[in-house]
Amino acid sequence: MSTAYPFGFLDEYAKKEIRRTTLKAVAIPGYQVPYSSREMPMGRGFGTGGLQLTLALIGEDETLKVIDQGSDDSVNAVNLRSFIEMTCAGINTTTKTEQADLIQSRHRIPEKVLREDQMLILQVPYPDPLVVVEPSEDKRKVLHGEADYSRLLVKLYEDIVKFNEITISHRYPTRINNHYVIDSSPIPRWDVPKLHQSKALVLFGAGREKKIYAVPPYTKAEPLAFEDVPFRIENFTDNNGQRRSCQRCDCTTSFLDEFIDSKTGEKVYQCSDTDWCNSQINLKQSNQSVTISEKVSEVAEVSHG
Amino acid sequence: MDNINMNNTRTDKVMEVNNLSKVYGRGCSFCFETTGPQYNTNICAHCGSVVAAHNVSFDLYKGEILGIMGESGSGKSTAVKCLYFDQEPSSGSALFSDDEKQYELFKMNSAQQRHLANHRFGMVYQNPHQGLNFDISAGGNIAERLLMSEVDNYSAIRARATELLSRTEVLPERMDELPKNFSGGMQQRVQISKALAINPPLLFLDEVTTGLDLSVQAAILDLILEIQHEQQTAMIVVTHDLGVIRLLAGRTLVMKYGRVIESGLTDQILEDPQHAYTQRLVASAL
Repeated sequence: MSTAYPFGFLDEYAKKEIRRTTLKAVAIPGYQVPYSSREMPMGRGFGTGGLQLTLALIGEDETLKVIDQGSDDSVNAVNLRSFIEMTCAGINTTTKTEQADLIQSRHRIPEKVLREDQMLILQVPYPDPLVVVEPSEDKRKVLHGEADYSRLLVKLYEDIVKFNEITISHRYPTRINNHYVIDSSPIPRWDVPKLHQSKALVLFGAGREKKIYAVPPYTKAEPLAFEDVPFRIENFTDNNGQRRSCQRCDCTTSFLDEFIDSKTGEKVYQCSDTDWCNSQINLKQSNQSVTISEKVSEVAEVSHG
Repeated sequence: MDNINMNNTRTDKVMEVNNLSKVYGRGCSFCFETTGPQYNTNICAHCGSVVAAHNVSFDLYKGEILGIMGESGSGKSTAVKCLYFDQEPSSGSALFSDDEKQYELFKMNSAQQRHLANHRFGMVYQNPHQGLNFDISAGGNIAERLLMSEVDNYSAIRARATELLSRTEVLPERMDELPKNFSGGMQQRVQISKALAINPPLLFLDEVTTGLDLSVQAAILDLILEIQHEQQTAMIVVTHDLGVIRLLAGRTLVMKYGRVIESGLTDQILEDPQHAYTQRLVASAL
């Protein structure tokens, strides 16, 4: 493979174009910059936009993490990771958020707060938030240009009328740097506030729709809402008002997935971010071993005394 | 026209339109010479362009209702659509005065035009399908108008929508229903509520009562007159219905084949029409 394809699978012109598009996207926060999405050896809609960004931006000796639905081990994540490993000789991959230089993801932003030297690349199925209210792309461009998002707010209004709250669960429309509203890709509402003043650069790639946009570091990202009906994230409280915890690591501050235990048939909750879950377990174990060793030394001191 | 121009000393002028023209097609130098009432056509014999409106001029003052009357295809709707920026005029100028600020309508860019239309103009179309979004509730339609002019408080929007709907005699309990469940007259009332949401100083009414039954027509016309008295809204009413003109308009333009053939006080025009076409029009209605 490495003899037939250049580093990063894409030819140099393609990579150059994607980098130039990325610079423009960073320069105009939230603006969807069109680019000529290349044919990739996988179906459009399987993350080709994010993949092209990763291939154009990754360099030798850099470390990559790929997640899908918060997990490093799901089929899509594994396949994307091994494809990038095959075509980019000399890069490293990791499952640990803190070790990664680039993180490619679709449904989640890692729980661990990202740093300035990290970059998050999101795979986007539908880049334009206005597509639900205006079918003509021509007219959508005018609406974006004039920052006229009243029709999106009408949609929120109708939600509140019908259900007493805003029911958008993912792809929450978010205003970037006081002007453009972006589709925040299929991340849950939980992750939307992480875009605000993020230390890491967040890039969005839509391969099928041929658009790249960005939330640059330290940029304002405000989810659309009403003055008196503020944006809120998912709450994970049970019927008794108790915050649910992860059944593996007991974490009560993370985004939880709900599923049915195959043996007992009960609903159980678990961290959606597997790396976070594992690190919480490790942390607990090391804390336990610390307390044990402290106890041992205390006992030793007592016996010495 | 002369007696109207004498009013120029008035300070409460809302709109001044000068020589507004709209040609569909590529147009040629003969377009205006070979069309008009005297040629009985608005299609240019040389290039086939349609002269929808030519040299339409008028002034409009605060709290005044100006009627534009004429048969279908006479260019009355075109003139109004140009002023509401639905269409771009071929030539002419329009000056809109608001709070001591003046706007040269056709010299602004499209973003400024939309901003002005969203914040200061109201439009009621003949067909509610044009003015309302039938996929969202009646309240949502009014909310859209308010959200366009940067009201982003949910309870303030609800309160304003309730107020407007009760003002236009639509039961506020039906606020959250889709307009398609409403009768034609109610849809028209919702459309008027939407147009009034931002208290516009200028309202365009394009054949608002056409296609409604007589009692509903009367109620809508009453409503329009009440709004004029309460809010001193200037209005331009486009209609082919002489009854509507007689009831609403203080002054009237009569249009035919894109030209204004007669203008003046409504009473004068209806009692003592000068142009042969107007005479026929008035005679046929009586």
